[in-house]
Amino acid sequence: MAIGPTPARRGTGAATRSLIRVARYTATRLVAILATMVVAVYIVILIANMGGHVDVIRKAQIREGVGMFFLNNPDVQMMPAEERVALMDQIVALEEERLGLNTPFMIRSFTYLRNALTLNLGRAEQLFSDSGSRQVRLILLERLPPTLYLMFTGQILLFFTAVFTALYLSQRYASTLDRILVALAPTSAAPAWFYGIFLILIFAAVLKVMPFGGMVATPPPAETWRYALSLLKHLVLPVTAIMMGAVFQAIYFWRTFFLIFSREDYVEMAKAKGLSSRTVERRYILRPTLPAIVTAFAFMVIALWTGAIVLETVFRWPGLGRLLWQAIGLYDTPVIVGAQVIYAYLLAMTVFVLEIVYAILDPRVGVGGRSEQ
Amino acid sequence: MSSWRARFQELSRYPSAVAGGAIIMLLVLLAVYALIGLGQTRAVTLWRGGEGVWELNPRQAPPAWLNFFLKVKRPPTMLLGSASSPELKDREDFEGGDADITITFPVDFQYDEFPREVAVFMTADFKALSPHVSFTWRTPDGREYPLLGQRLRAKDAYRISQDRRVTEMFGREAHIGMFAEPGSDPPRPLKGRYELVVDGVVFEPESDFEVSFVLYGQLHGLAGTDHMRRDITVALIWGAPIAMAFGLLAAVGSTLTTLLLAAIAAWYRGWVDGLIQRLNEVFLIVPGLVVLIMVGMLYSRSIWVILGVVIFMGIFTGIRTFRAMFLQVKEAPYVEAARAYGASNPRIVFLYLVPRVIPVLVPQFVTLIPGFVFLEATLAVLGLGDPILPTWGKVLNDAFSNGALYAGHYYWVLAPASLLMFTGLGFAMLGFALDRVFNPRLREQ
Repeated sequence: MAIGPTPARRGTGAATRSLIRVARYTATRLVAILATMVVAVYIVILIANMGGHVDVIRKAQIREGVGMFFLNNPDVQMMPAEERVALMDQIVALEEERLGLNTPFMIRSFTYLRNALTLNLGRAEQLFSDSGSRQVRLILLERLPPTLYLMFTGQILLFFTAVFTALYLSQRYASTLDRILVALAPTSAAPAWFYGIFLILIFAAVLKVMPFGGMVATPPPAETWRYALSLLKHLVLPVTAIMMGAVFQAIYFWRTFFLIFSREDYVEMAKAKGLSSRTVERRYILRPTLPAIVTAFAFMVIALWTGAIVLETVFRWPGLGRLLWQAIGLYDTPVIVGAQVIYAYLLAMTVFVLEIVYAILDPRVGVGGRSEQ
Repeated sequence: MSSWRARFQELSRYPSAVAGGAIIMLLVLLAVYALIGLGQTRAVTLWRGGEGVWELNPRQAPPAWLNFFLKVKRPPTMLLGSASSPELKDREDFEGGDADITITFPVDFQYDEFPREVAVFMTADFKALSPHVSFTWRTPDGREYPLLGQRLRAKDAYRISQDRRVTEMFGREAHIGMFAEPGSDPPRPLKGRYELVVDGVVFEPESDFEVSFVLYGQLHGLAGTDHMRRDITVALIWGAPIAMAFGLLAAVGSTLTTLLLAAIAAWYRGWVDGLIQRLNEVFLIVPGLVVLIMVGMLYSRSIWVILGVVIFMGIFTGIRTFRAMFLQVKEAPYVEAARAYGASNPRIVFLYLVPRVIPVLVPQFVTLIPGFVFLEATLAVLGLGDPILPTWGKVLNDAFSNGALYAGHYYWVLAPASLLMFTGLGFAMLGFALDRVFNPRLREQ
């Protein structure tokens, strides 16, 4: 009884310390990522408006709006031509001033930045949200859940499949399965949408066992469980495509990584102690390599986010990517710029979450480069 | 030098490297053929030619070699012309300058399905009096059908399939009725030797006309045709140099600039290093593909502009690995020696640091190529392909927007897709092997 509480207290003390460490780290990183995010969105705005392209579009819109107003106004129609033109110029100039289009771009760009960061993204030119709104923000937010649903399922499945297969292979070096999976690694050169085409061709067009695309059957089933089943069924092919596009390369790289680490002395030591291979894998190989694997995974996920644009198009998945594709077809610039901002947010969040995971996994991570030990 | 040779020998021991190298060689040959045999002007004219250039091709026909694998043989496109085979033409001159011209086109039809369309194209050469022609269709069992009789314009076309009177005469679509066994229902083609006889009269001594007879097949050419009757082979061939050039230039451009920037960051440290590192973090968050989409929408879809943006976006990504390497190299004795005898900063960066890391660069940049090749295809599939050049991605895009998978036109998707796949696999396999040779830590014992 006298000895008991001491290690326990030490344990809670360590836990609190590490909690403080992670919290402090989280706060610093959050600030840093937000700052990065602001710069990234500002760069996007600069690209979008390079040479005043967006301004030209907006000015044309104003002129068109005024023109339409004139066309429907019999009083204006009766005016002499010069007077009408003068009036039109006057109204257009007034409208441009109201929208701040005649202030210098450098000043305006910060207004744009503020609007973008607060998701005040303006109105779409062609597209509507399903609820009938023209607000770009509503259109984009409405499409976000399907994208998140698809990507999270794909990413989580990808991570766990790759890590555990790699771990398994690292213990069975040069076995037949190992050789096969290593030989398959170059297939990850092709993106997910590319495998999507083949999957659709085989399972939807030829075998007719899977749907061609979409998120639920049309018409959507009424019962909840049928609806869920339909959702799952429509998820199979796109998620398989995501897996095929990345999993073999991930397995290959991580397997090599595990192989290098499994030759460390402490692993040999653990094996010599007679620990089960499962314990050795989890505690002695996986634990120290996880931070590096999470970093590698972060890069993969970033590539996946943008890859999703075409994947969703190929599978007619009603998410952000397909929206973006529709916006391209309709030349709907506000939606495209808005999607850009949303994607920047998504990437920033991904980086942030993975950095936090990294901090939890790696005890050496401290604030400002100081290590706790 | 000998270390490079040793590495090459070691590389040739990897089967994947040999296979990858072979694929790349084939692609290079295809690209060379495209540049020399086809040429950009011709490829572009052919691809943008539209109906005028491709009027002798059927629409959306699978490749002709499909017949090898089919039990029910489908007719390929058959083209007969009096200009190319003058022996089919028979001319009998009369006094006063008139002449009878008879052209007989024999068609050996041994297929189990019907052609898509039947048409006749004519060019006539005359001064004032235009020739008159009439067409007769003879079947293997001796039936004879009179088709149209008409005066010829200088350039004329008779689309038999669209002639309502012929359709009424057979009681079914003209191109089916012409080849069907009489009374068969559903229509069954009658195999054997058919003849299209063109009886013409010219009214001037110098006057003449040429006829070409086209049976639009259900199959066509090496790679089939698309919705605009274009031969897909053109885009498949011309896509090779485009894909190779885009992939190579993008990979070289982005890795070299990244390398240089990393060297500068590692050498100067301080605020330069800080700025470059922050920019790297910023560009991690800027979604590259969406920026490319925006550029394609707002500025230019030219593949070279896109290439420039790709390189620009790639400058800051992956800078960390190189920077870490340079930080190590920087401490090497030979760099210290260079500094001691007073070498300038740029001299050290360009001549001492950068060359040192090149061997590590080689595998990395080979593995990067497929990503860029697919990036071009990705943009094309999104409808942002180069507006002029035919590329693999654009064929895929055409196939998608015309519902090729739903309609069962698999050839249309499979041909460009497998070429993309081969290119990707070729570079990736070579890259993986190179990686093992150049980075011995990864090598398998």
